[in-house]
Amino acid sequence: MIHLLTSNWSEFISGFGWTLLSSVLALFFSLIIGSLFAILEVVPNKFLRIIGNIYVEIFRNIPLLVITMFFYLVIPLYIVKINGFTAGTIGLTIYTSAFIAETVRAGINSVDPGQMEAARGQGMTFWQAMRYIVLPQAFKYVIPPLGNQFVNLVKNSSVLAFVAGFDLMYQGNAIASQTFDTVNTYVIVGIFYLIITLPISYYMQHLEKKLA
Amino acid sequence: MKRWKYFAVIITSLLLVFTLAGCGSQSLSSQNLYENDKKTKTVTWGVKADTKLLGLVDVKDGQEKGFEIDLAKAITKKMYGKDAKAKFVTVTSQSRIPLLKNGNIDAIIATMTITPERQKTIDFSNSYFDAGQSILVKDGSPIKKVQDLNNKTIIGVVGSNSVQNVKKFAPKARVLQLPDYAQALTALKSGQGDALTTDNVILAGMAVNNPGYKLQGKAFTTEPYGIGINKGQTDLKSAINKALSEVEADGTYNKLIMKWFGNVPGFNYKEVLRK
Repeated sequence: MIHLLTSNWSEFISGFGWTLLSSVLALFFSLIIGSLFAILEVVPNKFLRIIGNIYVEIFRNIPLLVITMFFYLVIPLYIVKINGFTAGTIGLTIYTSAFIAETVRAGINSVDPGQMEAARGQGMTFWQAMRYIVLPQAFKYVIPPLGNQFVNLVKNSSVLAFVAGFDLMYQGNAIASQTFDTVNTYVIVGIFYLIITLPISYYMQHLEKKLA
Repeated sequence: MKRWKYFAVIITSLLLVFTLAGCGSQSLSSQNLYENDKKTKTVTWGVKADTKLLGLVDVKDGQEKGFEIDLAKAITKKMYGKDAKAKFVTVTSQSRIPLLKNGNIDAIIATMTITPERQKTIDFSNSYFDAGQSILVKDGSPIKKVQDLNNKTIIGVVGSNSVQNVKKFAPKARVLQLPDYAQALTALKSGQGDALTTDNVILAGMAVNNPGYKLQGKAFTTEPYGIGINKGQTDLKSAINKALSEVEADGTYNKLIMKWFGNVPGFNYKEVLRK
């Protein structure tokens, strides 16, 4: 196994790098987009609420692979050429953002409505009250489920392998099919994923303890 | 510190589990597949499901169809008699050798070229088909031959040797490896790459179904297809070789070639007929 690792070191590391990059990008953007749609789902305006609901329900209920394939195969045909890595990262971002929206919305809902009323009573606008009073409390509730989403996101990034996104899984498939050493290759790939996901799990646990 | 201990425990237990799993499969290679199959009168073949003309699962009735399927049936009958059955399991370029190794299939007849690297892991029968690697491009493409692909993007399939071959002829080409041929073709249509490379006979099947795409240039390698058999299955191997030569000798082989490749544009079936 050590030999397999050293002789394919550059492939494993480049795959690891692309997986990490894709995960970081998707994590950042899905957190922003997800939070925005979560707020849309709780605003007083009914029209905006419906838009938020439709977005979440559509992308939460379509398989990630389908969304990614759509960006990889259909969008280039009609709109703009995008490569496998970009298509995969976009798919990952949209898919995860729908889950994050649901998580954050649950967090917002679990904040006592009295908080919002009191803030509004102080003369704050809806957005001010959301930004300074409700969201900081909501995020505290949602840290454990958000941690789950982040770990899922890293694991789901293996979807890049199906659109030639050069990620860890893609390199793993290529190495396994060249060396025929399937068992060891996928064990190594699994360990590389753990290197990303375990620190996230532990950091989230740490954050949870600190804030609780 | 405690966290790192957890980490170490998880990694070690994973390694242990996989090492143990590796030990368990020893007994499989000591079984005699030829004798096992003789009792059940069934041979389980690993075949392609996405390759027109060779091995394709018809979506209408779920049946496998193609040259390799018919050849596998003919060989099975020669091996164990008229009432013997060929059972088919669909494989991909990537999964075929692992599935053979873990005993899910008895033999692979799935567009697999005999290569020295593969011979280290599995055994091959005599060649049953002589293909050659080529490229498929869109009509009007500036790419005339494989060397034109330097600095261009070329699409291949994970686990096929064509992705490794193409680097010898166009070292600067960017290679994208997709999971199967259907997806590789769709990616070519979406403009994700400039050409699709694999064996000419597979590409010919794609060109039949997709007007606007054509086989470009001459084949630049020779790819003798062989039936893959697990190491140590010498009885099975010699039985398959014997059956294959009988199928060739009694004219069944040429009949099947005519049936599947008789009128495929861009593919000269006369070159692959056998005496």
